[in-house]
Amino acid sequence: MKKENKIWQVITASSLGTLIEWYDFYIFGSLATVIAGQFFPKTNPTAALLSTLATFAAGFIVRPFGALVFGRLGDLVGRKYTFLLTLVLMGGSTFAIGLVPSYESIGFAAPLIVLTLRLLQGLALGGEYGGAATYVAEHAPAGRRGYFTSWIQTTATLGLFVSLSVILLTRHSLDVDPAASIAKFNAWGWRIPFLFSIVLVVVSIYIRLKMQESPLFSKLKSEGAISVNPLKESFGHKENLKMVLLALFGATMGQGVVWYTGQFYAQSFIENVCKVDFDQSRTILIWAILFGTPLFVVFGSWSDKIGRKWIMLAGMLLAVITYRPLFKGLLSLTDTATKTEVVAAAATKVNAVSIPNSGDFVRTALSTKSYTDGTIVTTTTTDTLYANPAQTTIKPVVKISKVLADGVYWKMVLLVFVMIVYVTMVYGPIAAFLVELFPTKIRYTSMSLPYHIGNGVFGGLTPFIATLLTTMYTADALAGLQYPIIVAAVSVVIGTLYLDSKINTKHD
Amino acid sequence: MNQIKKIAGIIWLLLGPACVYFLVQAAAHEIAAKPGIDTKIQWGVFVVIFIPIAVGMSIFGYYAIKGEYNH
Repeated sequence: MKKENKIWQVITASSLGTLIEWYDFYIFGSLATVIAGQFFPKTNPTAALLSTLATFAAGFIVRPFGALVFGRLGDLVGRKYTFLLTLVLMGGSTFAIGLVPSYESIGFAAPLIVLTLRLLQGLALGGEYGGAATYVAEHAPAGRRGYFTSWIQTTATLGLFVSLSVILLTRHSLDVDPAASIAKFNAWGWRIPFLFSIVLVVVSIYIRLKMQESPLFSKLKSEGAISVNPLKESFGHKENLKMVLLALFGATMGQGVVWYTGQFYAQSFIENVCKVDFDQSRTILIWAILFGTPLFVVFGSWSDKIGRKWIMLAGMLLAVITYRPLFKGLLSLTDTATKTEVVAAAATKVNAVSIPNSGDFVRTALSTKSYTDGTIVTTTTTDTLYANPAQTTIKPVVKISKVLADGVYWKMVLLVFVMIVYVTMVYGPIAAFLVELFPTKIRYTSMSLPYHIGNGVFGGLTPFIATLLTTMYTADALAGLQYPIIVAAVSVVIGTLYLDSKINTKHD
Repeated sequence: MNQIKKIAGIIWLLLGPACVYFLVQAAAHEIAAKPGIDTKIQWGVFVVIFIPIAVGMSIFGYYAIKGEYNH
């Protein structure tokens, strides 16, 4: 009983810290558009957004370096102090982002500081996950590693859930007038989720400080058997390197793209391609995550009985086969061409605001259309009326926002939920799978690198590459899916051929 | 099965350089089409990041051919 209590203390302490790290990491990505307006030149909104996305990607690209730096440290000095250090680094960087003055106030220094802090976040995240997964796995009994580590696996998705919830809550609670609240959020309220992070981090540090070092690592240390050079032993020796490569290409690469497509690209697709309203595009994901999260534990636990391989590969294969129909479903559910408009309910409001000392006006036309299924589409067209009649706006800014009726909304939740189920299949058992692949003395280093290349590089770049493909092949709205489908398919083939379906007990 | 693993190893060995070739070609095409700094940074990052991964894929293929993953 005492042993059972101890493992739950370990899981709580590890999971809470890891959840906070993911929360810290995601609020930046979730607020990409708002941050673009604050820290990058506003002259070209697309360039500003791309700059932020690039920063987002940069955050992921440094993750493998974090895996090497902190993985090595974790194998040399221990798991406990290393993942405590990553938590401090992450919390400090997140809090600091909330304090950086805008581009308008301090100029080019602003995006530079933000980029640096974002890189530090990526570095910290690279060290955190491997430590937490290793720490829990080294406390768990051998036959139940999948079950106990699956709690750690819920934290990444729950971190996204908490980040989206805090953002929506803050966005709507800064003023009684909803429009004023959103305006305040965009001006300064976006800083609150960043600053709030420090409270969570302090609590988590307090809990983690009270934890003991992993028993397996302590045993190694007392025997003087810890690795002298974890990097060399992990990647310089063929016996271990071949397992690192197998873990990457046969598992984490496919897991990464499935994970990011189901959560990030799905949300971005709903908002930017389907043109669904800001709040709805996020609450759809929030509901799907809420319903799907318990399945991490279900699949993690199941993997203790039937092995890790086939659950992970089945998740990838289902994603490869069904991504196109699922995303097509999202598109057709929101396609107004197939809906019947209530013509009598159509309305247009035009508003012109004078630009001081120029004689020009900014004209905003707000047109609203209603459909018989309850969908409401608002189109905002903004252009400039120049005092000089020879001058005209070359391209007005057009923004479409669809508010979905309940029936359509819940069908969208169902489709995203299916994608989250795939996420839980590929991600639930993977911590146990990675931990079992490598010996204790170089486990932190060896498992962190393939995880962060798979999840961070292949997965993290999914929204970016998918968006890029959509801009390259404009005729096909689903062109972006080519990337996750091809990567996951290669991983399925490699995993099927080379992974062992039995649970690896070689390093127990 | 071990024979299939070895033969498939040739595919993974060749996939590495093939990916680098297509990546560099796509990068050159995109940079030529839109020669802005944004395009250069994006594609530069892709090339720098994916080249070591492609090398890893070739090493993986080499190990597979050598029978390192045989059961």
